[in-house]
Amino acid sequence: MDVKPLVAARGLTKRFDEFTAVDAVDFDILPGEAFGFLGPNGAGKTSTMRMVGAVSPITAGDLTVFGLDPVSQGAEIRARLGVVPQQDNLDEEIPVDENLLIYGRYFGMSRAELWPRIEELLSFAELSERAHDKVAALSGGMKRRLTIARALINSPDLLLLDEPTTGLDPQARHLLWDRLYRLKQEGVTLIITTHFMDEAEQLCDRLVVMDNGKIVAEGSPRSLIEDYSTKEVIEVRFPVGIQESLVDRFDGLAKRVEVLPDRILLYTDDGDATMHEVHVREIEPESMLDRRSTLEDVFLRLTGRTLID
Amino acid sequence: MAATQTLRVVETQARAYRRLWRGNVVTTFLNPILYLAAMGVGLGVLVDEGSGRSSLEGFDYLTFLAPGLLAASAMQTGTGDAAWPVMAGIKWQRHYEAILATPVAVRDLVAGHLLWVAVRLLMLTTIFGLVMVLFGAVGVSGAVRALIPGIATGMAFAAPMTAFSSWTEDHTGLTNVFRFGILPMFLFSGTFFPITQLPGWMQPIAYATPLWHGVELTRAWALGIDPTFSAVVHFGYLAVWIAVGWLLAIHFLGKRMIT
Repeated sequence: MDVKPLVAARGLTKRFDEFTAVDAVDFDILPGEAFGFLGPNGAGKTSTMRMVGAVSPITAGDLTVFGLDPVSQGAEIRARLGVVPQQDNLDEEIPVDENLLIYGRYFGMSRAELWPRIEELLSFAELSERAHDKVAALSGGMKRRLTIARALINSPDLLLLDEPTTGLDPQARHLLWDRLYRLKQEGVTLIITTHFMDEAEQLCDRLVVMDNGKIVAEGSPRSLIEDYSTKEVIEVRFPVGIQESLVDRFDGLAKRVEVLPDRILLYTDDGDATMHEVHVREIEPESMLDRRSTLEDVFLRLTGRTLID
Repeated sequence: MAATQTLRVVETQARAYRRLWRGNVVTTFLNPILYLAAMGVGLGVLVDEGSGRSSLEGFDYLTFLAPGLLAASAMQTGTGDAAWPVMAGIKWQRHYEAILATPVAVRDLVAGHLLWVAVRLLMLTTIFGLVMVLFGAVGVSGAVRALIPGIATGMAFAAPMTAFSSWTEDHTGLTNVFRFGILPMFLFSGTFFPITQLPGWMQPIAYATPLWHGVELTRAWALGIDPTFSAVVHFGYLAVWIAVGWLLAIHFLGKRMIT
C-alpha cells in the first residue's frame, strides 16, 4: 500500500500526572476512510482525538497529521481540520448563520466566499429556516448539526467527530448518521469516537477498540465480529434472582457462555440448534432471543465488560 | 499571521457586542451621571463649604473627583470584561475551545481579547469624558487628555484579571476579587479623597495599588497639574501590570485549554 496515511501514530502516549490516558497506541488513518475509536468512557478516545486535533501536546511517541508535527505545526494542521467536540461549544448569543461566519473568519476566509458557503452548509444541515434564530433556541439535534456544519466551513480534509450522537434521540441520530454518510460518499475522511457499537457499525470502514488507554483490536466491523465472536448470539433472561442457580446448566451448551448480571449470552454459529438444546435440557427462561453478533459482543469478549456501564 | 488572527478575535467580539451595545451605552452614560450628581455635586457642596479645598490642590470637589472616578470606572470595566466573559469562554459556553480548534493560537486569543477590552475602555472613557464636560467638571481638552491614562488604568486590571480568570476554577474566585480587591481599591486609592488623608500605615498600600497610579495620572493630565511622581513612573508601573498580566494570561489560558 503506497497511499500516505493522513494520520500516523506510533507509540502515541498521553499522561496526565500519574494517570496514563493513552498508552503507546499505533494506528494509521488513510485518506477517504471513516475510522472509528470504539470504547467505553475513559478509554482514551477523546485524549487521542485532542492530540490529533493539535490542541493537546503528546507525552511520548510519534504523531503526524497530514505529515506535519502537531506541536510545531499546529496552526497549519488545524487550518485543514474540522472538529466536532463532545460538548457543543457554539456561541449561543449570536444567530445560527453568524456562528458560521465568525468561524469561517478564524480560518481567514473572506465574507464574499463565506456567505454562499454558509447557505450551502445550512441547507446540508437542514437549518436554512433557522438561519437567523439565536443558537440558544435550537434543539439538541439542531445544535449538533450546526456544530457539524461549522466544522465543515473550511472544507476540511479531515473531520474529527467526538461522540457525535451522544445525548440525541433516535430520530436525530439517524438524520445525523445520514449526513455523515453523505460526507463519506463525498470523500471526506472521518475520525469518529463513540461508545455506541451501532454507530461504529453504521459509519466506520475500519475501527480500533480501545480500553484503558490501549488498542485491544483493530479491523473492519465485520472482520472484528468474525474474529472475536460467533455468527449468532442467544440472549437468555430469567426472572430476578433465579439466574444464579441456573448458570451451571449452560455448561458446554454453546461455543462460549457469557454471564452478565441481567442475562446469559450463548455464543453459537447455529442459533436454532442452541435454542433447541436449551429446551432439551429443560431450562425454562423468561425470554430467549436469537440475534446477530455485534461489536458489543466483540468488546465483551476482549475486555470482559460491556461498553455502557 | 498572528496579527491577523488577533484582529479576527477582535472582530468576533465586536460582532457579538452589536447585539448588546444599546443597553450597554445607556448604563455607561448613567453611571457617571449618577455618581457625579450624588458625590460630585451633592456631597461636593459640603466639601467645598468646609476646609476641603486646601487638601484638593485648590480644586472644587466635583473637579477633583471626576477624573479619579473615570480611572476607577475604567478599573471596574477592565476587571469585569476580563472576568465573566473569560470564564464563559473557558467553561460556560466553551467557545474558547472552538476558537482554539482553528488556526488561532492561545497568544492570539489573549491578544484579541485584551485588544477588545481596550476598545471597550475607549468607549467608556469617551462617554465618561463627555459627562465630565457636561457637568462642567473639566474642559474638553482635559477630558481628551484623560483618555490615555484612563485606558491604561483599565488595562492594568484587565490583563492580570484575564490571567486570574484563566486560573481560577469557578466564579466565586471572580466575586472575591471584586469583594476584597476592587471595592476597597475603589474606596481607598485616591478616587474620593487624597491618600494623604489615610492613616500613615495604609499609605504604602495605596501606593502599591495600580488604581492609585491610574487615578493620580488621570487626574493630573485632566487638570493640567503635576502628578505625585513623574508620569513616566506612573505609566511605567501600570505597564508592568499590563505586561506581567498579559504573559501570565497566555500561560494560564494555555495551561487550561491546551492540555
